[in-house]
Amino acid sequence: MTDAEILSVLRPDGTADPAHDPGLPDAELLSLYRHMVLLRTVDEKAITLQRSGRIAFFVPSTGQEACSIGAGHAVREGDWIFPAYRDHGVGLMRGYPLASLIGQIVGHATDATRGRQMPNHWCDRSIRLVSVSSPVATQLPHAVGAAYAAKVRGERVAVLTTFGDGGTSTGDFHAAMNFTGVFRLPVVFFCENNRYAISHPVERQTAAGTLSEKAAAYGLPGVRVDGNDVLAVRKVVGDAMDRARAAEGGTLIEALTYRIGGHSTSDDPTVYRSEEEVAAWRAKDPIRRFAAFLKGRSLLEDPAAVEAEAKEEVRRAVEEAEGAPPVPLSSMFEDVYAEIPWHLAEQRDSLLSGKG
Amino acid sequence: MAEVTLIKAINDALATEMARDPSVFVLGEDVGCCGGVFRATEGLSRRFGPERVIDTPLNEVGIVGMAIGMAMSGLRPVAEIEFSDFIYPAFDQIVSEMAKMRYRSAGQFTAAVVLRAPSGGGIRGGHYHSQSPEAYYIHTAGLVVVMPSTPADAKGLLSSAIRGEDPVIFLEPKLLYRTVKGEVPEGEYLVPLGKGRIVRPGSDVTLIAWGGMVPVAEKTGAVAAKEGVDVEIIDPRTLWPLDIAMIEASVNRTGRAVVLHEAPRTCGFGAEISALIQERCFLHLKAPVARVTGFDTPFPYALEKSYLPDPERTLRAIHASMDF
Repeated sequence: MTDAEILSVLRPDGTADPAHDPGLPDAELLSLYRHMVLLRTVDEKAITLQRSGRIAFFVPSTGQEACSIGAGHAVREGDWIFPAYRDHGVGLMRGYPLASLIGQIVGHATDATRGRQMPNHWCDRSIRLVSVSSPVATQLPHAVGAAYAAKVRGERVAVLTTFGDGGTSTGDFHAAMNFTGVFRLPVVFFCENNRYAISHPVERQTAAGTLSEKAAAYGLPGVRVDGNDVLAVRKVVGDAMDRARAAEGGTLIEALTYRIGGHSTSDDPTVYRSEEEVAAWRAKDPIRRFAAFLKGRSLLEDPAAVEAEAKEEVRRAVEEAEGAPPVPLSSMFEDVYAEIPWHLAEQRDSLLSGKG
Repeated sequence: MAEVTLIKAINDALATEMARDPSVFVLGEDVGCCGGVFRATEGLSRRFGPERVIDTPLNEVGIVGMAIGMAMSGLRPVAEIEFSDFIYPAFDQIVSEMAKMRYRSAGQFTAAVVLRAPSGGGIRGGHYHSQSPEAYYIHTAGLVVVMPSTPADAKGLLSSAIRGEDPVIFLEPKLLYRTVKGEVPEGEYLVPLGKGRIVRPGSDVTLIAWGGMVPVAEKTGAVAAKEGVDVEIIDPRTLWPLDIAMIEASVNRTGRAVVLHEAPRTCGFGAEISALIQERCFLHLKAPVARVTGFDTPFPYALEKSYLPDPERTLRAIHASMDF
């Protein structure tokens, strides 16, 4: 991959570049930090829960907190979010309650989606956070449809969709980018280039010099941003969302970041990448980097206190979710159709009667 | 009531529903100024404007995916795929997304798209313009699958599909687009989903057929009647969820059943109907449930007439059932 211009805000000395600083109020800066810490704490707890057999699976986002939290902060009331499975941070920042997020991971009665999907497949209609699926990038064409609907209704909203570098190889990416260009729709394509699609490095995903340059083929602007810099992500996504809301069309954003953990709890990343490579990216930790900036602005005195608070919050959420009763057996047959048809009623009754 | 073709009835349903409900949109390749390759959407763009009759780029994933997003936003999109043979690039969007949205979000989001696609053979279209893919969608949890065989049913079923809350695969027998005519009620007209139609009442054997096979069944029934065999013909119209009550009542009365379809035999919908009949009507059956189907080959161009079931093959199955 080539080094086309990459926008950064947080400088090595811990200060913000005034040319691109989004200029957020102090309370918002602290909120970004707290959510980044919370997101990492969720990762740590979820991995522990998986390793001890209390949940089946988890997709971590450690190392990518600046991406999902920065992007999530740019989402406003009325905007839509069509996220990838690694982007729980976008919803969390937008207002998806931690209790709901943990409830979904655990899959008991507090899961608003009734234990229907494995962890990382959240949704929340109240904030237009759309249901996640496992096939990669299938949400991108849906974002196009939501954007079309918003456009014909005259709503001044933006549609954010997030995906990884692997997603840019799919037909769905091509279809969605092309439709967005042709219909001039308010879709912001936020690609987190974390350098690997499971084991496959981005250099083997495309022969293009960058992912952002793919935008040109669809008549859209493409930009690159430092994905470990929460202020830079907030700035670039915020600008793209503003353009979308102003009916100026879509944008492709490539955020350069790194997945510190495995693809999922089922993955062993030591098979396909070196310890040196991981260590080099650990040194660019997005949370430590943002903490240095906040300390310089005298906004953060005690990072350990923020971490302790997040741990307690997550612990309480897990306790509540695990303490809830399991989803009822009969719920298996609900929500397949608007009403339960005869064949599902028969199958349900057969199962519940013990004869099935 | 006017006598119109099946394609005119489809057009009538779309126009009527679009006039009634401003949230109904049509999208697909060539559906706008061209009116669709079969002219199902003719005149709609002129009447409702290009914003509601959307000509899309050539990409089935984009068409179905966009329709899903529109439906999640509260619109009622009717997407056209030019031939059901071209639907496969969008198969993931249909089975993993459209069909599962309600379930996986526990009802928070739904994708009540109506996906129209011309289906079936008999037009000398070769493999890629002739297949009958209904079984794939019947096998997919969350989809309603419909196939009309008359102009009135085409209008009434399509209107119901558009107003419904579930995603619908609406397969249109392209052979019948212009070869059948029938009276179609003017204005709003609904035929309920999930209810079959008795095409011809009879007492000796139940013949179940849909789409392009219904006229074949009717011809077979007429020939059989001359031989003294009284065939009851059922068109399920909605293939899934199937009107099993209608079939069950009929077979319990006749004691004999023949299922007739164009699609390949193995794991075709006839296999499921046959299983349902033997589960429910076993003690009433006087003969094994028979199937008359396409063959387990790709759809052949030059040998199309031999591939598609005809009255002769269907009559042989009825004879075998009667003589068992």
